[in-house]
Amino acid sequence: MSKTKLIVATTSLAGCFGCHMSLLDIDERILELVEVVEFNRSPIDDFKEFTKECDLGLVEGGCCNAENVRVLREFREHCKILVAVGQCAITGGLPAMRNGISMKELLEEAYFNGVTVGNKMIPNDEEIPAILDRVYPCHEIVKIDAFLPGCAPRADLIWEVLNRIIEGKSLDNLTYKNFKYD
Amino acid sequence: MEQGHIKINIDGREIIAKEGQSIVQAARDNGIFIPTLCDFKSLQPAGTCRMCLVKVGERYVSACTTIVSQGMSVENESVELKENRKSLIEMLFVEGNHMCPSCEKSGNCQLQALAYRYQMTAPRYPFSFTQRKIDASLPYLVVEHNRCIQCLRCVRGVKAKDGHDIFGFIDRGGAIHISVDTTDTEAATEVIAQKAMDICPVGALIKKGGAYRVPIGERKYDNEVIGSDVEKERDKV
Amino acid sequence: MEQNPSLDSQVRQKVVQLTKFYQQDKTQLLAMLREIQSEFRMIPGPAIDYLAEELDIPRIQVEGTASFYHFFSSKNRGRYTVYMNTSATSEMAGAAAVMLAFEKAAGIKFGQTSENQQIGLFTTSCIGMCDQEPAALINDFVFTHLTPARVEEIVKVIKENGSLQSLIKSGEGKNSSALVSAEVKNNIRFKGPVFFTDYAPGEALKVAMESGSLEVIEAIRKSGLRGRGGAGFPTGQKWGSCRATDAESRYVICNVDEGEPGTFKDRVLLTERPELIFEGMIIAGYAIEAKQGIVYLRSEYSYLKKYLEQVLEGLRSQNLLGRRILKSRFSFDIQIKLGAGAYICGEESALIESAEGKRGQPRNRPPFPVVSGYLHQPTIVNNPETFGCAAKIILKGSDWFKKMGTSASSGVKLLSISGDCEKPGIYEVQWGHTVREILGFCGATEVLAVQVGGPSGNFLSEKEFDRKICYSDLSTGGAFTIFSKKRDLFSIIHNHMEFFTKETCGFCVPCRAGNTLLLKQLEKVMIGNGTALDLKKIEELGLLVKKASRCGLGQSSPNPLLTSLKNFPEIYQRVVRQDVDYMSQFNMEFATSDSAKVANRKPNLEIGD
Repeated sequence: MSKTKLIVATTSLAGCFGCHMSLLDIDERILELVEVVEFNRSPIDDFKEFTKECDLGLVEGGCCNAENVRVLREFREHCKILVAVGQCAITGGLPAMRNGISMKELLEEAYFNGVTVGNKMIPNDEEIPAILDRVYPCHEIVKIDAFLPGCAPRADLIWEVLNRIIEGKSLDNLTYKNFKYD
Repeated sequence: MEQGHIKINIDGREIIAKEGQSIVQAARDNGIFIPTLCDFKSLQPAGTCRMCLVKVGERYVSACTTIVSQGMSVENESVELKENRKSLIEMLFVEGNHMCPSCEKSGNCQLQALAYRYQMTAPRYPFSFTQRKIDASLPYLVVEHNRCIQCLRCVRGVKAKDGHDIFGFIDRGGAIHISVDTTDTEAATEVIAQKAMDICPVGALIKKGGAYRVPIGERKYDNEVIGSDVEKERDKV
Repeated sequence: MEQNPSLDSQVRQKVVQLTKFYQQDKTQLLAMLREIQSEFRMIPGPAIDYLAEELDIPRIQVEGTASFYHFFSSKNRGRYTVYMNTSATSEMAGAAAVMLAFEKAAGIKFGQTSENQQIGLFTTSCIGMCDQEPAALINDFVFTHLTPARVEEIVKVIKENGSLQSLIKSGEGKNSSALVSAEVKNNIRFKGPVFFTDYAPGEALKVAMESGSLEVIEAIRKSGLRGRGGAGFPTGQKWGSCRATDAESRYVICNVDEGEPGTFKDRVLLTERPELIFEGMIIAGYAIEAKQGIVYLRSEYSYLKKYLEQVLEGLRSQNLLGRRILKSRFSFDIQIKLGAGAYICGEESALIESAEGKRGQPRNRPPFPVVSGYLHQPTIVNNPETFGCAAKIILKGSDWFKKMGTSASSGVKLLSISGDCEKPGIYEVQWGHTVREILGFCGATEVLAVQVGGPSGNFLSEKEFDRKICYSDLSTGGAFTIFSKKRDLFSIIHNHMEFFTKETCGFCVPCRAGNTLLLKQLEKVMIGNGTALDLKKIEELGLLVKKASRCGLGQSSPNPLLTSLKNFPEIYQRVVRQDVDYMSQFNMEFATSDSAKVANRKPNLEIGD
């Protein structure tokens, strides 16, 4: 392992933070990890902006709104290696089940017809990021260098991949029992 | 060599096959795995999925529909064919809506298992995100068109008691889909629903009320690579 | 489901009448569905139930067949149904303006039926009128050389519930005969020794029956005749293997599902020389000891059916067809079966399935049709041109035929020439001419590209114009389509890829999913979002579709892309981005426009940038 620490950024776009939870699931190995990794922009250290260029970006979730796109592009700009983590980042995932349903139907279901709706209106404040016509997998917006499948990816898979990246090894032939889509 | 047996060669290995067998069957008997989705036990081969694409001489053929012949030389596990199969799997993943995390067949799904075997991460093709129907009108059977790969196993293998068809192909081209004749009284039975679910390689035909009996992590392909059961026999042959 | 009771009883009555007329013959399902579509302008749901009941076919199979064909519909297509041809040559001749005129006059869009169900506007693949485009079918009437002005006139008559016949201009040759009465031109430009010379029906058959069936096959074999549909299988060998089978009955099928965009020679042959084609079929029947022949006529040519039936009747009255032909013990009859709109039915095993009244899906081969074909009996399927050649070979001898053409490609070929040239039409030429020579024949100048063999053939650039039309070089079913330098090749390639995505049967994965992906990938490149990597992807995917597909359709559908990539790399290089290795198709403005509209707000595009 190199002496200089690997600088890592992470984010959750249209995801559920499950992939981040799975990262924490590496348990006590996290102590080993902090020896070799320095987090930059990430909810783990609560850095809201990039303060330096990163070696690795881990992106959870696909893009369902304009802000997701902005963040993803920022990650691409600041990270040497960008990894799509989890099924949502790779395929759009469960949020993408709305793809193909018209925007009108979707918003009316959420803001007019839903059982918990009180004040019936579709939020239109300009500060709210605009919703995209469909959920986009990350690789349809920017170039993605590697993909880490799973919902969420098994902690062991994340560990395996992080180590391989640190050691500059290929990501082919990942351990079968860790390589899952569910 | 016994009567009715012939020699063929798969990836440089000479094996004994029975006359009249398909390449897939002969390979399986000899501990060689050729991936398939539409081919199923004793059903008449259909050749829809093309997953068993092999090279015989200079020709590419589907191994499930090609009968062995004396001296035949088959290429199966080449880098090229493995890449081709991975491409075909990716085509299926982008064509339908295969949301593995929310599918009760996850872990028992042969499409997913093949994708694991070939380590598909993100398909190289764009997802189509076509809206497809879910038909839950029958008492025991759900037809989830989002997950259907049109392999025709149900059409060929799930018939009424008198042998007539309950499942069929409707439309053509990109709109092609499996349909179940909901007006047929037998389509509404539990027996047919169970048969349909058992024969379906993916999660397109689901019998109601039985999901998640086996937890994720303990399902067929969770720990075992598809085809490894066949390949384990290899040393014994 | 609620049904209109009077419609339901009408449907029931119609089905009972049809099944009685066709004697509950399952193989006539397409014919019955055609009549139902024609009467009700759709296939009503109850018709499927009643057909299943009366014919004792599982309901799901009847529905499967009804939903497979383009000219059957589960929704009403209007008392007058316009099927506008959108093939490349039609577009080149101005289809877009004609379509706009239709939409304007009818007040609906293509894909729709007017609310009063008077008129429906739909598009369709090539209808075999490439030398007289833009063309359309309206209730089985062919309209050629359409113009916006003529469309207005047509729609006016339609709105008044008038007669389409009254709009038909006089056609050329037999097209003007009472039973055809179509405004179609033959455009026979080169008459050769085989097809368009003097011909007396029955002479060849007499020679055949005097020499014996095995001798007939031998003569065909010696002549070197190969299939004229495109695949080029040796005809004598096909007939010989069929004859060698041990079977109760054998069948002769004439494949007139001329669907390859750019070919129309079978249409002209069937119009002007049907006797010769039928005589070839009878000779084939005699040679392989068959009793029945079927002419599978594509739906687009249904305007020829009555006329062809009269021709058959004429042959029967001359004792050249039917029972005890020429007072011998040989009996053979021919029936005409119509398709219902499916390019794939040109594939012989799909055609057989269709002729049996099923979905036109190709079969797995082997067994080949010569062993197990129509109704699982040995069957030969040949192109009309092949039957015509066979009849002439029997009459004039193998050597006479072999003297024409080249050593490996004997005889003549009918070319269907269309696109940018002075004299589009039918050319009977000997095999072996170069592309350049043929361009000279038809008066084509400033040529950018020639497509030999239709979309499933080859796009050729000037560098290859010295290649020869023959089996060992440019093998073709006869389509020869010319594109001048003013054409945008991309729009033609796109048209062809769209054609394949519409016409794939959908049975196997690479052809069904692969062609759609190829089209998407092409569109990405065309709008300037492509990189060198995208071109590589097209090539890889194209090659995979070719090698993994189950039948000839998928095995050739990527050709428009692959052959243009090879022969016209410059058009691709001009549009792909050379400076980047990744291009997103994402467009923020487009992606946020829907939600902004629904939420009644302006999308904050800065957030996105």
